[in-house]
Amino acid sequence: MTTQSIKWFWFASPATFYPLAGTLARVTGLLAAVFTLAGLYVGFFVAPTDAQQGEAYRIIYVHVPAAWMSMFIYVVMAFWAAVGFAMQTRLSAMMARSLAPTGALMTFIALWTGSLWGKPTWGTWWVWDARLTSELILLFLYFGYMALVASIDERRRADKAGALLLLVGVVNIPIIHYSVQWWNTLHQGASVSVSKGSSMAPSMLTGMLLVALGFWMYSIAVAMVRVRCEIRENE
Amino acid sequence: MLAVARTLVERDLLLALRRKSDVFTALLFFVIVASLFPLGIGAEPNQLRAIAPGVIWVAALLSSMLSLARLFAADHADGTLEQMLLGAAPLGIVVAAKAAAHWLVSGLPLVLIAPLIALQYDLERPLHGVLALSLLLGTPVLSIIGAIGAALTLGLRGGGILLSLLVLPLYVPVLIMGAGAVEMAGAGLDPGGQLLLMGAFLVVAVAFAPLATAAALRISLE
Repeated sequence: MTTQSIKWFWFASPATFYPLAGTLARVTGLLAAVFTLAGLYVGFFVAPTDAQQGEAYRIIYVHVPAAWMSMFIYVVMAFWAAVGFAMQTRLSAMMARSLAPTGALMTFIALWTGSLWGKPTWGTWWVWDARLTSELILLFLYFGYMALVASIDERRRADKAGALLLLVGVVNIPIIHYSVQWWNTLHQGASVSVSKGSSMAPSMLTGMLLVALGFWMYSIAVAMVRVRCEIRENE
Repeated sequence: MLAVARTLVERDLLLALRRKSDVFTALLFFVIVASLFPLGIGAEPNQLRAIAPGVIWVAALLSSMLSLARLFAADHADGTLEQMLLGAAPLGIVVAAKAAAHWLVSGLPLVLIAPLIALQYDLERPLHGVLALSLLLGTPVLSIIGAIGAALTLGLRGGGILLSLLVLPLYVPVLIMGAGAVEMAGAGLDPGGQLLLMGAFLVVAVAFAPLATAAALRISLE
């Protein structure tokens, strides 16, 4: 039992984590490039043209992975916040901090590519669709976290306040999501539906999943590089 | 425990009564914001009727948020807050009492004056009750959730603007349900679903938010 717990916490010390983060950053950075390029190749050259949306649909190879990552990263940040509260580890707050800019970036990319896709398909840059709206609010939540952490000079307080905000936010995200969804269906019948079902060609799905893996690896790589900077700054 | 809560609420109300201008500025802000919209949008009655629930709710949101910064600031400045932290009463109760006092001072007046604004917007008579009821259920949630943000930003420079960034996204569900209830009633449908959901928000917020606020206060005053 004791040996196991020692192993668990071995890398919780920033000093021991530092070299591991470097190795991880290199490996995942390389994987990110491979997966993203492979996914984009499949998406742009192998996958067929969509019958209804033409070539414009191909933006989903960036859009959907970015949207997945944007939500996933927030949950991961909340996980580190919870770990930080439970275990009082310094590294977990650094992890949350390092992930935040990437999460905000992914959210922004998802919104941006979504509007690029919306213009040719829906004929408008922006609609108050439930998904778009909750994604926008997610972006506000990221900004709120980053602004709070940045405006507190005292390191310990900043980490703990940020962690608490993340936990409050992660509890609220489902509530916000469902109320926005309800609000949208209340105002107007689903004039715009994003649901495509499983009517996707296998090569399209492969391309999307490859890019998603690539973005995932990219997020890890960038977070590891940032965490190294955090460790250098603080230890 | 209830005695502690009652004493705190009475104390905060007394403090608010002694400084009446604070109460009235928040209320006036609400009235002014609501009155600005027709000036900007135009006084076409049908349009005003359509936007009334949303405008009144957004104005209520902003007004409640503006007074949040004062929730803990004065007690923090004179050291009372630290004594409350050290005191025997559970911090969650203290925080809940302070949020309740905040609502009595900044939320309840909005509920009472909202029908007057609704008249300005030519909202039909039966809707006034729904509007007031939705505000009655929703504004306490704003105070309770807002207290988390107020505790987190306590004593920070630029705390007010940061507070809005933290708190407004969390207010979204209340805004949607509150304005939605009035719109439902306006369309001749039963607003019961929205109002019940707002009641559920209130119950959940009362149960959990004070704990988060207490934790946030401990972090801020460490």
